[in-house]
Amino acid sequence: MIQVFTFYLFATLVIVSGVMTIASRNPVHSVLWLILAFFNAAGLFVLIGAEFLAFLLVIVYVGAVAVLFLFVVMMLDIDFSELRAGISQYWFPSVMLALALLAELGAALLAHNAGGIDIAGRTAPTPAETSNIAALGQLLYSRYLFIFEAAGLVLLVAMIGAIVLTHRARKDTRPQKISDQVRRRPQDAVVNTQPPVGQGVEL
Amino acid sequence: MTAFFQSWLGFGWGWFVANLILILLIALPLMLAVAMIIYADRKIWAAMALRRGPNVVGPFGLLQSFADGLKVFLKETIVPSSANRALFLIAPVITFTVALIAWAVIPFGPGMVLADINVGLLYLLAVSSLGVYGIIIAGWASNSKYPFYSALRAAAQMVSYEVSIGFVLIPVVLWAGTFSLSGIVGAQQGHIFGLVNGFGFNPLLFPLAVIFLISAMAETARAPFDLTEAESELVAGYQTEYSSMSFALFWLGEYGNVLLMCGMNAVLFWGGWLPPLDIPILYDFLFNASITGMFWFFAKILFFFFVFSWVKATVPRFRYDQLMRLGWKIFLPISLIWVFLVSGYLMLQKQGMLPW
Repeated sequence: MIQVFTFYLFATLVIVSGVMTIASRNPVHSVLWLILAFFNAAGLFVLIGAEFLAFLLVIVYVGAVAVLFLFVVMMLDIDFSELRAGISQYWFPSVMLALALLAELGAALLAHNAGGIDIAGRTAPTPAETSNIAALGQLLYSRYLFIFEAAGLVLLVAMIGAIVLTHRARKDTRPQKISDQVRRRPQDAVVNTQPPVGQGVEL
Repeated sequence: MTAFFQSWLGFGWGWFVANLILILLIALPLMLAVAMIIYADRKIWAAMALRRGPNVVGPFGLLQSFADGLKVFLKETIVPSSANRALFLIAPVITFTVALIAWAVIPFGPGMVLADINVGLLYLLAVSSLGVYGIIIAGWASNSKYPFYSALRAAAQMVSYEVSIGFVLIPVVLWAGTFSLSGIVGAQQGHIFGLVNGFGFNPLLFPLAVIFLISAMAETARAPFDLTEAESELVAGYQTEYSSMSFALFWLGEYGNVLLMCGMNAVLFWGGWLPPLDIPILYDFLFNASITGMFWFFAKILFFFFVFSWVKATVPRFRYDQLMRLGWKIFLPISLIWVFLVSGYLMLQKQGMLPW
């Protein structure tokens, strides 16, 4: 009873916030609806017993990616009505795309009605006594080790590439050298002098 | 307690009522604690500045926070006419809620935890990463320059320090072998020579405890990292346009988060509800084991809160580039190296390749 209720609650919220992401006029509102969609998707993950993935979704997507996304969108000054003005010329590809998605949905429904998939048994097929994290870790570091490491390498290369592309050594700045500042002693900075009357300090 | 209510009301409703009562048992004392901790903060800060601090309302000024609360409660909530109304009002609610829900997984004593989930630490990370939304939304929805600057600063600051906090937590998790907070506390029992409780006393983990304490200050935007509300630059930061209860919710949420971070310091590195030394008498010298556990946990929280106040009173505010430098160029490499060190040590230990 309560599982069904929570499932429909999360599922409805995901769909509603997904629709609102597209429908809202303000881009910042769109991003916030998107974040709500992520969050509710995490709720669905918890419901099927994948709590590690759920929290990873919240930490990575909601906590980091969406924050940066929001950060950028908040600072943009976009006139969305102008962007939308030319959208009607894309009507043919978009209708085709929508029809393809509709056909896929229909196929999925037909296949589901044919029965025998037993999705509930497959969603999180971890043994009852192993925790989610342990099961995932064992798979990642044995069967999928090379793919896992390769994915890490790809991300590393992408990160270094982004830094290399955007970084430029500027000559006109005078950055603070904190180690120099910490190393500086009072006797380097202060000179005690006793100038005679009528004379200034000579340095 | 759940079993008691379930025998009365059936399985579902009994669980619901029992959990509702437990939630209130955590949330209401927490609000009271926040009120008293604000008073303590002001008193400590005043003492270090050779002032008296609040001393008028009630004995020793103890009721000062409640007087302030009553004052903001009775004031009118003003929504700026150009603000984004719905988001403007929802932002303090987010901050406050997020500060409260994190306490669900904190173990207060032996077995005294509302939700003993096996990914408790990830839950805390997820919740603390949600905390930034209250500030960003507040800053943007105010439709005003200073709150917006503050929101941008808060976003960058919290994301940066979450990275180093994440890396600091990995060695702790590796050593404890679990993500469950009760498990982490349990793993610290007799950690050093079977006598001293707490990962923080381990020389390999102590530097991480220090990094975590500093990162916790940055994560909660406490002084010296309170650049989100730097009054000399940004008026009052993201709170500038807020008044009455919406302001108070920010205030409560902020101190709730500070208490939570003190609690996390205690749980992760200093043994949580365990006494400092693994001596049987220290486990139940007050009435019973649960109350003694709570005593030790609260004592540790209060100690760390004193450290927070102490730092706030004595350390000048960082500049923004210094803050970023500390997070990305110092904490991140150190914690990354430490992940490597600790996992290497644990691997050698597991293979029996250590010389001792």
